[in-house]
Amino acid sequence: MHNGEIVLELKGITKRFPGIVANDQISLQLRKGEIHALLGENGAGKSTLMNIVFGLYQPDEGIIELNGQPIVMDGPNKAIECGIGMVHQHFKLVPPFTVTENIILGMEPKRGFGTDLKGAASRIAELSKQYGLNVNPEAKIESISIGMQQRVEIMKTLYRGAEIIIFDEPTAVLTPQEITELLQIMKRLVDEGKSILLITHKLKEIMDVADRCTIIRRGKMIETVTVADTNQETLAEKMVGHRVQFKTDKRPANPQDSLLDIANLVVTAENGQRAVDGISLSIRAGEVVGIAGVDGNGQTELIEAITGMRPIESGTIRLEGRDVKHGSPRTASEAGISYIPQDRHKHGLVLDFDVSENAVLKSYYEERFNHKGLLDRQAIEEVAERHVEQFDIRTPGIHTPVRSMSGGNQQKLIIAREIAKEPKLLIAAQPTRGLDVGAIEFVHKQLIAERDKGKAVLLVSFELDEIINVSDRILVMFNGRFVGETTPETTSDQELGLLMAGKHQGGDRG
Amino acid sequence: MNKLKALFAGESVKISLLSIVLGLLIGAIVMIAGGYNPLLAYQSMLEKIFGNAYDMGEALRAIVPLIFTGLAVAIAFRAGMFNIGVDGQIVMGSLGALMVGNMISMPPIIHAIVAIIAGTLLGGLWGALVGVLKTKRGINEVISCIMLNWTALYLSHMVIKAFMAEEGTSRSQSIQESASIQINWLSGLLDGARIHWGFALAVVALIAYHFYMNRTKWGYEIRAVGNNNHAAKYAGMNVSQVVIRTFFLSGMLGGMVGTFEVLGVFKYMAIASATSGLGFDGIAVALLGMNGALGILLAAALFGSLMYGAQGMSFGANVPGEVIKMVISIIIFFAAAPGMIRWLLNKTKRSKQANREG
Amino acid sequence: MEILGFLINGTLVFATALIFAALGGLIAERSGVINLGLEGFMVSGAFSSAVTAYYAEQAGLGAAAPWLGCLAALVFTVIFSGIHVIASVRFKANQVISGIVVNMLAASSTFFMVKLLFDGAADTPVITNVFHRIHIPWLSDIPFLGKALFQTYPTTYIAFILVIIVYYVMFKTPLGLRMRAVGEHPGAADTAGVNVNRLRAWSVMVGGSIAALGGATIALTANSSFAFNTISGQGYIALAAVIFGRWHPVGAMGAALFFGFAQALKDQVQLYEFARAIPTEVFYMLPYVLTLIALIFTVGKGSSPAALGQPYEPGKR
Repeated sequence: MHNGEIVLELKGITKRFPGIVANDQISLQLRKGEIHALLGENGAGKSTLMNIVFGLYQPDEGIIELNGQPIVMDGPNKAIECGIGMVHQHFKLVPPFTVTENIILGMEPKRGFGTDLKGAASRIAELSKQYGLNVNPEAKIESISIGMQQRVEIMKTLYRGAEIIIFDEPTAVLTPQEITELLQIMKRLVDEGKSILLITHKLKEIMDVADRCTIIRRGKMIETVTVADTNQETLAEKMVGHRVQFKTDKRPANPQDSLLDIANLVVTAENGQRAVDGISLSIRAGEVVGIAGVDGNGQTELIEAITGMRPIESGTIRLEGRDVKHGSPRTASEAGISYIPQDRHKHGLVLDFDVSENAVLKSYYEERFNHKGLLDRQAIEEVAERHVEQFDIRTPGIHTPVRSMSGGNQQKLIIAREIAKEPKLLIAAQPTRGLDVGAIEFVHKQLIAERDKGKAVLLVSFELDEIINVSDRILVMFNGRFVGETTPETTSDQELGLLMAGKHQGGDRG
Repeated sequence: MNKLKALFAGESVKISLLSIVLGLLIGAIVMIAGGYNPLLAYQSMLEKIFGNAYDMGEALRAIVPLIFTGLAVAIAFRAGMFNIGVDGQIVMGSLGALMVGNMISMPPIIHAIVAIIAGTLLGGLWGALVGVLKTKRGINEVISCIMLNWTALYLSHMVIKAFMAEEGTSRSQSIQESASIQINWLSGLLDGARIHWGFALAVVALIAYHFYMNRTKWGYEIRAVGNNNHAAKYAGMNVSQVVIRTFFLSGMLGGMVGTFEVLGVFKYMAIASATSGLGFDGIAVALLGMNGALGILLAAALFGSLMYGAQGMSFGANVPGEVIKMVISIIIFFAAAPGMIRWLLNKTKRSKQANREG
Repeated sequence: MEILGFLINGTLVFATALIFAALGGLIAERSGVINLGLEGFMVSGAFSSAVTAYYAEQAGLGAAAPWLGCLAALVFTVIFSGIHVIASVRFKANQVISGIVVNMLAASSTFFMVKLLFDGAADTPVITNVFHRIHIPWLSDIPFLGKALFQTYPTTYIAFILVIIVYYVMFKTPLGLRMRAVGEHPGAADTAGVNVNRLRAWSVMVGGSIAALGGATIALTANSSFAFNTISGQGYIALAAVIFGRWHPVGAMGAALFFGFAQALKDQVQLYEFARAIPTEVFYMLPYVLTLIALIFTVGKGSSPAALGQPYEPGKR
């Protein structure tokens, strides 16, 4: 059934950026009516390749053929004209505009001088029905769910008459239920004759939905396989280049006394809503507690409240019995809380500072570095040198701006800084986001090593594998509350998935 | 030595220097188009600056305020903020110094010191207000600066008219002689050029700025906030406090300009239809000087001499002095958009290559 | 009653230039480009219209002179809006600095040219053929209202018509949808096939020319000439009107009317003994202080275009 004609072919695509070859002689064929996955690690060159297909970048070598005809993709307009649509990882939607306005943007139907919004809305309602997308044309983007926003993105491509749709890491932001729905929508699209390129690093999705899969590693194409003839282990090995251990080695935990005690905590988000809605939580020294959940269910606000970055509405946070709730980031840090933030570029580092300046970001004011306002350069440099050595940070020197370092090495610097503080509680939010497999292993080992040193570790992650691999105890957060507690030994992806979508343990209690 | 070499080989220095050359060149083209002789004009400009002791002293006098406004803009830039309210802070500084200098009687030296403190503080507070509005009410500093510039201007008119009006003129009464900070013996040596203690303070300010920014924890905090205020907050810095403190310092530097102009140069305050524009020149200085102390000194020297020399152009070559203002704007234009000079350089490189190959 | 009529009429007259300039500023800012150069555009418009009207008058074109002046303002100001575009849109310079450069350059170059054209004089000769108040047949005869609303300059009516046009284009046409999209989320507009930087360039240039009309209005009605202090701060008041009016054409018009009212009040209030005790500076200060107060109390309701001030690089997504 999937031997339809080739609608899109890439031949020997090469794209160089200063210092790296992002795509090196990549070839790929997309057949009509197939879902073709593009698998690779973060930074393997998937997005670059798709941006070339969509006309956002020009390849240095190679050709793109559409229905057998070579074609020059010189911009998104050309791609749209050729019937190629793209559902971006970060949605390209204007928040204060309505669904209709977003969809017609750039291809507005006219009536007289004005925009024919009514006509557009009814055409959108029609398309929505045909593909089972269920979007309300009148709703404003800022008021609809992430899953709905993604369907608007899909609708945008359909409205433009796309025959080939590129999905760029489409499941990263979705709940398990939304993922299931999305995969169904994708199947429906190919049934209607569309062809799909799915960019992902998640093996499970590929097994579920793709027909064929092209694997790229460090910019080079490895091979194209038929999904039915392979399995997750093989795919993973091809993606990474060596055998992958799905489990991190760790000894059983040896938890001591309770270290962090949170009771009835309420925290408000920017929009005035209760992001954390009466949570209680204890973490003991010597254990890793993992908080699973889909992004946006209050995890960020919870952590920010613990680390003093966000005021709390009510409730208590105690560290070793002492109240820290009215703290600032500094008092939290001095009380013994270290924090590896989710967004290392936004929070974790000052990118234009060098390694040494970043190494003392939290401690520059302490007496060992600061003598009556004057900074002790020598002491600062010594600390930086020690971090670089102990954590194997690859950098030309401690006076290199961290902006020029790789993501993995930047993360190592943050971890070094946070661990060197000898904290009582280490909080890690999405600590492996955007890292390659080697760096991920390193980060996980560090977290477990801290646990074994008797620290309490709180891990927040949207990746189930990470939660299950590293945690000793798992809490699932949904809508500002914990909806379940389990252990990695006794749980499964399915159970966690259900909990993350708000289905309570032991029946439907509300 | 190698460090110095590396600095001058650096791209940003190249861009600054090319901006200056392009500014002067386009100025020359404008003069030719207007039927003037640019060589004569630039020559008479140089003669005006270096012609005699008086002019050299007065050229220095024009450089001093630019050092301060350059520093004022630069310190805010380093904290990631735009202080285009220096003009208003200058007005408030002048007003503070004038009020103490005119309305209160005190023994010499003490009078001057108190007047300097008053002007500097008032400027600082006017600047801090911008920081407060930004941190407490989320008002963009560019907007509040514009509003406060004009508010300061009219406020000063009101105060002058109410308490220190010099009947029949559009200026205030003069300060008392005891508040003057002019250095009379040095002025005498330079044929009456208005040399004042602000010169010495400018040098001190430059050194202090360099030291403060690079070697102290407060400077570290300003740079952290300027580069990434989210990370600064995460690291436990009190970002609001840093912002307000920076605007206070910036406003103080602006206030000093106004103070010295009143106490050391003019002795009175004019009721003008607009603010001096020195604060905007400070943007040019900071930009061209790349927010560093040495760069600011050099850029202030350049712009100050150009502005002072402009008077010589109209006198010696009959060229309207506005040409120099155009030259300065063109220099900022290029310095603010380094992409443009890179693009021009690439083009010339490519056409050279094409010539060689063709 | 009489006084009120004068007051309303004065408000309209003073507000006219501000409305033009505020609309011009709003168009650029809605597309995401900060427009601090309004003052410069107004100076440019005042200069070019005065000079053109003067020479047209000398050439014997009479009543057509001010209209030619306005046309010249539209065209001439493209030089300065073009500079803003090149620096801030094409080469991603800081938009605030670019606007300041425009202001400095417009002031210095127009004064230079005035001196060049008129033998070193600081201002242009007085123009006799300027805009005159028109009395709209029989509407202007309505008691009170006629004097207040229907005996004013043609440019005032044009300004109000322009408010309607800008509103319609901004909110009811595809062009307006794209402009707003570019100012809110340029990445979204780009992937939808809208050329972000081209649209921004056009917005800045069209906006610049409209703002120039504001300058022309001042030169060709109240002043009848151009000098270094013809504009003096009106561009900044117009910018305040854009912010005060929350980037909406009708709001900006309301703010401009309000600031115009403050200026008209200053003139009228002087007729009374008691009011002379109020320093005129209070009225000059009013637009700035009120805008600050408004900002202080409307905090949190972010209504500025989300991408205002951010240069757009197609490569970075």
